[in-house]
Amino acid sequence: MAKTRRAIDRASRVWVIVGLALGATFAGFPVVWMISSSFKKNSEIFAYPPSLLTDGFSADAYLSILTDPEKLRFFANSYLVALSVTALTLVVAVLAAYAFSRYEFAGRKSLNLIILSVQAVPPITLLIPFFSLIVTLRLYNTYQGLILTYMVFTLPYAIIMMTAYFNTLSKELDEAAKIDGANPLKILTRVILPISVPAMVSVGTYTFMIAWNEYLFALTLTRTTDMRTVPIGIQLLMGQMSYEWNEMMAMSVLGAIPILLLFLFFQRYFIGGLTAGGIKN
Amino acid sequence: MSNEGIVGKFRIDTLRKKDLPTSRKWMQALTPYGFVAPVTVLILILTFIPIAIVIGYSTLDNVIMTPESKFVGLSNYFTILTDGTFYVAARNSFVFTVGSVGAHFVLGITFASLLNSRLLPGFVKTIFRAIFILPWLFTVAIIAILWRMLLNPNGVINYFLVSSGVVDVGVEWLSSRGTALLAVTFINIWAGYPFFMVTLLAGLQGISRDLYEAASIDGAKPWQQFRHITLPQLRPIIISMVILDMIWTSQQFALIWLTTGGGPFDATEMLPTYTYKLAFSNYEFGLASASAVIILLLSMVLAFFYIRHQKARD
Repeated sequence: MAKTRRAIDRASRVWVIVGLALGATFAGFPVVWMISSSFKKNSEIFAYPPSLLTDGFSADAYLSILTDPEKLRFFANSYLVALSVTALTLVVAVLAAYAFSRYEFAGRKSLNLIILSVQAVPPITLLIPFFSLIVTLRLYNTYQGLILTYMVFTLPYAIIMMTAYFNTLSKELDEAAKIDGANPLKILTRVILPISVPAMVSVGTYTFMIAWNEYLFALTLTRTTDMRTVPIGIQLLMGQMSYEWNEMMAMSVLGAIPILLLFLFFQRYFIGGLTAGGIKN
Repeated sequence: MSNEGIVGKFRIDTLRKKDLPTSRKWMQALTPYGFVAPVTVLILILTFIPIAIVIGYSTLDNVIMTPESKFVGLSNYFTILTDGTFYVAARNSFVFTVGSVGAHFVLGITFASLLNSRLLPGFVKTIFRAIFILPWLFTVAIIAILWRMLLNPNGVINYFLVSSGVVDVGVEWLSSRGTALLAVTFINIWAGYPFFMVTLLAGLQGISRDLYEAASIDGAKPWQQFRHITLPQLRPIIISMVILDMIWTSQQFALIWLTTGGGPFDATEMLPTYTYKLAFSNYEFGLASASAVIILLLSMVLAFFYIRHQKARD
């Protein structure tokens, strides 16, 4: 009995490995090819037959991006916008989530419902009114315009995830601090936030990703090259006379690095927080 | 610990003896509103006012382009709903969404089950999980450009297909009417399955091993275990994910815009690209607003099911 079981296990293990290998090819090959192409000469991109490593192997594509102030500006813009959105989202979401988690108040249910529904409002529906609002507010082609509008995507998730986390913290913590005479804001900042770092890291990571990846609003609400973010910058490389494939691939690799680092450092927090907020809530 | 308890109790008693002044009572009642004030203001500015504006625009003629636009009632809606391209876009959006979400689910549950297998050591699973998550690291703009290179007639995918004899000459995947919709859907499948996989993996890890042990003692085959244990246990997660993914996929703009731009002709035109072109290529902001409101209503139907499902789970 035990022996047949082991034989079955061995056979199924082979199938599991075959499945994993096929899946890894599907998921990983495009990425390998992207990295490989970023080290090729542009004339070798569609060489026949294709190969992973070519004679022209060089880091020229990276050098030409990292020495071009115009392209570096895309990265600086993306970092500035994404970090600002992350900081602002965290502040607003933490305040709201604390109220949702700790207080009963008239309108709580409706506000919660509204925040849930905002997730489903299509960006394309908001784009036209945002365009005219942003122009009216004189925020067209500014960082502030992008930062403000991105918060419509980031806030609902951040609040749902933070509320789910705060709900797991004992209310006795608040009570004890209240008895010591602390006001609600102090309780939040001195007692609750220090033990909420994992949740804030996970919400922050998710927020940064959304802001770093956003395309439609960045395309429409900015105009000049010096205000463009990385996703639009990559597209601008494509729009020029000839396609600089190797540079586009190098820029793609560079553009993915911040997200990769966030994943490497915070993967555990991030996936835990995401499933807690998105699914269990 | 017990000392603190006594101190705490003593303080509660002293506090209760004094009646709180009325102003403090008011303060206490207003505190939660102070906490939610920023998000309320932001949602008002970023959702309610814009939706009111877009509904207003949808009843106007030549809005934004001329200072004096006149009220035309529902005529913009009539124009949109009698435009053949709108229905082509709606059909393409439907095919794209159903194809993507279905494949996201199948790939997500397959990869999650493989990664949850008890037959492999943990470090192997960690490595494969990292590889499977890779598409998630890239923004849509990057994914679009990458796949334009891979699917190029002279690109590496056509090379493999030609040299293995599947096709005779390189296929113009993204610029042929017959294959463009299939190609963008395939790209979106690649881009979007990791979110499903990660969530379902977390769900799988939450299912008790005992259930499977008991089933295998009763002689249940792996497929039966999957059908009668795994799927029912994951059902709530699957429903949430499917609805959320339908909302996101039907709103996909950047991927289409950067691979085909909705073409060739209208082969990959979707509701978001159709609306965007009305506004920012044709400068028909009134018509675009009407189309945007129709998309909003369609999304709200999905949102309704999503919220009802979430409520039922609480």
